[in-house]
Amino acid sequence: MTAIVAEGIRKRYGDTRALDGFDLTVREGTVHGLLGPNGAGKTTAVRTLTTLARMTEGRATVCGFDVASQPDEVRARIGLTGQYAAVDEFLSGRQNLVLFGRLFGLRPRAARRRADELLERFDLTGAAGRRVDGYSGGMRRRLDLAASMIVVPRVLFLDEPTTGLDPRSRNQVWEAVRSLVAEGTTVLLTTQYLEEADQLADLISVVDAGRVVAEGTADQLKSRLGGDRVEVVAREAADLGAVAALLRRVCGVEPEVDHETRRVVAEVDDRVRALTDVAGALRAAGLAVEDLGTRRPTLDEVFLHLTGRPTDDATHPEREGATA
Amino acid sequence: MSAHATTDAPGEARWRGRARRGPRVAVSDGLVMTRRNMAQLARSPEEISLYFSLPILFVLVFGYVFGSGMRVPGGGNYREFLLPGVFAMTMLYGMGATGTSLAFDVSRGVVDRFRSMPMARSALLVGRCLADLLRGLLEMTVLVVCGLLVGWEWHRGVGLALAAVGLVLLLRVAMSWIGIYIGLLLPNPDTVGTVIFPLAFPLTALSSIFVAPELMPGWLGTIAEWNPLSATVAATRELFGNPGLGSDSWAADHALLLAVAWPVAMVAVFAPLAIRRFQRLTD
Repeated sequence: MTAIVAEGIRKRYGDTRALDGFDLTVREGTVHGLLGPNGAGKTTAVRTLTTLARMTEGRATVCGFDVASQPDEVRARIGLTGQYAAVDEFLSGRQNLVLFGRLFGLRPRAARRRADELLERFDLTGAAGRRVDGYSGGMRRRLDLAASMIVVPRVLFLDEPTTGLDPRSRNQVWEAVRSLVAEGTTVLLTTQYLEEADQLADLISVVDAGRVVAEGTADQLKSRLGGDRVEVVAREAADLGAVAALLRRVCGVEPEVDHETRRVVAEVDDRVRALTDVAGALRAAGLAVEDLGTRRPTLDEVFLHLTGRPTDDATHPEREGATA
Repeated sequence: MSAHATTDAPGEARWRGRARRGPRVAVSDGLVMTRRNMAQLARSPEEISLYFSLPILFVLVFGYVFGSGMRVPGGGNYREFLLPGVFAMTMLYGMGATGTSLAFDVSRGVVDRFRSMPMARSALLVGRCLADLLRGLLEMTVLVVCGLLVGWEWHRGVGLALAAVGLVLLLRVAMSWIGIYIGLLLPNPDTVGTVIFPLAFPLTALSSIFVAPELMPGWLGTIAEWNPLSATVAATRELFGNPGLGSDSWAADHALLLAVAWPVAMVAVFAPLAIRRFQRLTD
């Protein structure tokens, strides 16, 4: 059973193509990551699938209901937590959850009971009576997440749920998402953090310029960059040239040299053979090295390879904080 | 279709599986949103003190400082003349609070959350309008007490006085829809005030609130008489039995009719505009 299907979605804002032939299939009970830089169309995709924005072209279903023609049915089955904490800042945390519970159709008593359960679960009981505009960023995000879980959603949309959060709050959000998935909820997660996609998502779609440019598990995406790498850290900077020449000869490819870290990296097909060959050649040449090993490519390298740009997360880890 | 507005146990309804539709849901959700807006007000002492002290300040400044130099045509106490004007003016300025509150919801993504939920779409706007009505009632209570303390009173019985209050609240409803529309047009809470106050101030000056239109130069007086605010002010002066009933112009003679027609016309124009704007908000 598929939880989300999107076929050829196009969304134009004037001359801008926010989505340009966006396709996506998300299996029920999985966490699917949409990974891409700012402006790639991740948020527009979420807004379209959650009935907030109309698509210009294409078709999408969520839980089997058509997003365009059956929006009521879709809204009854989804939860949405946006980039900014969409809670009422002038009310207390508890008042917020009771309000949203009532609007999900819970009776007053049930809404209050559910609010207390969620406050407890998200470690907000102590702040329950305080106005939300006095909450920290992490507390708001947790409250926002709690609000999307008042009645357990079949599909939860998380639009950059941990952008701007400190590591502790980020881990709390991740834990909450994992426990929800354990109960059977499907999650569509957008993120510009490779680590987040790696940690949470079963499948990752890399989004660039309004469409999915690659899809697979983190491992599959990594192996699309070819195989493993042999990495040599030279002891002396003066040896770098010799080490690079040696790797070029043994591995048959042009290695990358990083002078700052005295690191030489070459892509290889068979990592065990390459490792022993390189070790033997280094000893025969009498080159002293600090370290020698093999590793998989990182998602950062995958991203750079697929989109031609590094992720924002490598350069501007704090940039989202300024938008509020 | 059965339209159950509410369900009891989240434990049993673990999965969301039901769209909520129909008139009962709309009423229930509208009332929940009304309560939300009132709870916001109760949690914002700074807003309460600002919005409730401003009209009182107007009564004191205009009633005592400028009032000593003002003339009421046909004679009478200036403060008796002034109070119906302050009632209407307070309703007009309430538009600012309405617009700001809505723009806040839009800019902070609260509206997006509501729009992604299985709730009645009308509830956000209906709840705002109903809350504004309640708030108008609160403001009127404060102003009536304040008026009684400075020597204003009603002279034609409680029934007509309540009818006058009704007209003032009708004006508040019209202002609420204009405020909602402006709040949706300018989704930045800070700009709402800078748009509304330059709009509202000339409206109050060019009306019968402070000065009787027959004391103004001819064409200004005509504008002032046809000003929607003046209609409510003239009609409520009549119903309260306060001085300053004005000239024999058509507008002054039919103040009661205009005091109903103007707000109804404004709602008829701005409510559909606001609803359309709301539906297209995030496209």
